[in-house]
Amino acid sequence: MSSATTTSEVSSVAPPRERAKLLLPAILFLLLALAPLAVTIGMPAGWLALLTRALIFAIAALSLDLILGVGGLVSFGHAAFLGIGAYVTGIMITEGRSEALVILPVILGVCALFGAITGAVCLRTRGVAFIMITLAFGQMVYFLAQALSAYGGDDGLTLYEKSTLLGFNPFANRTSFYYSVLIALAGAYLLVRGFVASRFGRVLRAARENPVRVSVTGFDVTKVRLVAYVISGMLAGLSGFFLANHTEFVSPAFMSWQRSGELIFMAVLGGVGSLHGAIIGAIAYLIAEDALSHLTEHWRVIFGPMIILFVLFTRGGIVGMLRKLGPRHG
Amino acid sequence: MTTGLLIVQILNGLQFGILLFLVAAGLTLVFGVMDFINLAHGVQYMLGAYLAVTFVGLTGSFVLGLVLALAAALVFGLALEFLVFRHLYERDHLDQVLATFGLILLLNQGVKMIWGAAPLSVPLPAFLTGNVALMDGILYPTYRFALIGSGLAVGALLWFIVEKTRTGMLLRAGASNAPMVSALGVDIRKLFMIVFAFGTMLAGFAGAMAAPILSVEPGMGDTVLILAFVVIVIGGIGSIRGAFVAALIVGLVDTLGRSFMNDLLRLFMSAPSARATGAALSSMLIYLLMAVVLFVRPEGLLPARGRT
Repeated sequence: MSSATTTSEVSSVAPPRERAKLLLPAILFLLLALAPLAVTIGMPAGWLALLTRALIFAIAALSLDLILGVGGLVSFGHAAFLGIGAYVTGIMITEGRSEALVILPVILGVCALFGAITGAVCLRTRGVAFIMITLAFGQMVYFLAQALSAYGGDDGLTLYEKSTLLGFNPFANRTSFYYSVLIALAGAYLLVRGFVASRFGRVLRAARENPVRVSVTGFDVTKVRLVAYVISGMLAGLSGFFLANHTEFVSPAFMSWQRSGELIFMAVLGGVGSLHGAIIGAIAYLIAEDALSHLTEHWRVIFGPMIILFVLFTRGGIVGMLRKLGPRHG
Repeated sequence: MTTGLLIVQILNGLQFGILLFLVAAGLTLVFGVMDFINLAHGVQYMLGAYLAVTFVGLTGSFVLGLVLALAAALVFGLALEFLVFRHLYERDHLDQVLATFGLILLLNQGVKMIWGAAPLSVPLPAFLTGNVALMDGILYPTYRFALIGSGLAVGALLWFIVEKTRTGMLLRAGASNAPMVSALGVDIRKLFMIVFAFGTMLAGFAGAMAAPILSVEPGMGDTVLILAFVVIVIGGIGSIRGAFVAALIVGLVDTLGRSFMNDLLRLFMSAPSARATGAALSSMLIYLLMAVVLFVRPEGLLPARGRT
């Protein structure tokens, strides 16, 4: 019974091969590339910082969509990877190693190791147990960060400088930081998209629909899922690197379980399994959060019911709605 | 480390485990019978505590306040079932996780708006203040004994209902095959309502009982919820017996780990590094325990019969 429920757990928005799938991402990235122009023609400068933050979370939401939407695995501990990326950045900068080309390999390595170990345990379970276990591992890292008294412990760690890249400071300037994040996001998007389109990605998708049939066909479902889990974790670590450089502060709250829940909501808000949906979802989420929190300090009282209503009454997220609005394809 | 301290900490661990069991029992029942993952269960624990604060304050009597708080928690739980949960039973787990996550955001903030962000407390009932002398010089609060006792009593009641009554039989049948139970003419919706109401009551009871000894604050349910998840996963999803055993294990391991990890590490490392490692290790201990249990037995220690 439980394997049958898992397979239908997450249904993707669209069949993978569709010409329209190219149009929306292309428009999206074009708009994002032009966004800094809006500041020059009069948008407030804080707006670009908000958008940068949105793109950083878009990397994390995109990485989550790989296992959540494409793989059908509901991970409730994804913020742990984001937090690991941020903490590695914070600790290395504090220790005087601020070169991005030194920090990034360490982040990717640590996230891959953490993903491989926890993934090997988590993937022994399915369905609800998987949700709970990823949540528990997320909490484990959260408490570990709280206990890091040498690096701020519960209070967090303030960074007094940003990372450098080959000796330059692209992250110090607001606009060049924005473009750095955008390039990373585009790279991550192309990577994940290529991964999903590959033979490996097809096996991952097939395992979402029917893991028993896929394993009988001769594929090692757990191994495929584990590789996806590790890659997804590494990408989330990358977003943690940018987040630490953006806020110039890291704290255990970066990997609280609420943050994992928010990442899931971003992916679902955009439309699970479509990849660019996760990017749209993250941007929409952060803009909504920003607008509501300016409205009242109790913005969660409005936001909570919005999530509930969204889940109860919409299907397919923003990308699904856009598709309904647009012309019908084939 | 003295024997007295050890006994006190074991009792503390038992008491913590009993609280966890009360929360986890409702969660595992709701999950086992309805295949429904309810993240808002921890919020119901928190509400139980807040309602106890209000009603004990209003009536001036702990017992009366407790009864009123339980009734109010039940009404609130049923309202939530009617408004939100009912529409989610047929949905996939992802939708359930998200909608109940939205509820947590709403209720945590709502509680902050109504009762304020500052921690509140409930005075100990007069007839349960004071201490019990365990051995010469070692005292243990009477209220904590009462908590352990009432938790065990609720556990026994739960065992009786699940194992010996007709409702319990339907419940167990529902946990192993809900569509079949429905096909045999049982009103599965009504059964779901009963299970849900019962789970809500248990969580509210745990919250209300914990109110005099813990600080009542927004977000207090979140920590308990995650620990209850750990309990359920270790015990085996849907299994009440498993939840009981796992809750006691988690309560004891966590409490003893926090008290004695430092001393244990001091045996083979320097004091400052023992303190740092001890703090990290003791808060991670139960998650490590869970990982080990899962690695050895993915289905949990005492899985419910009939589930695969």
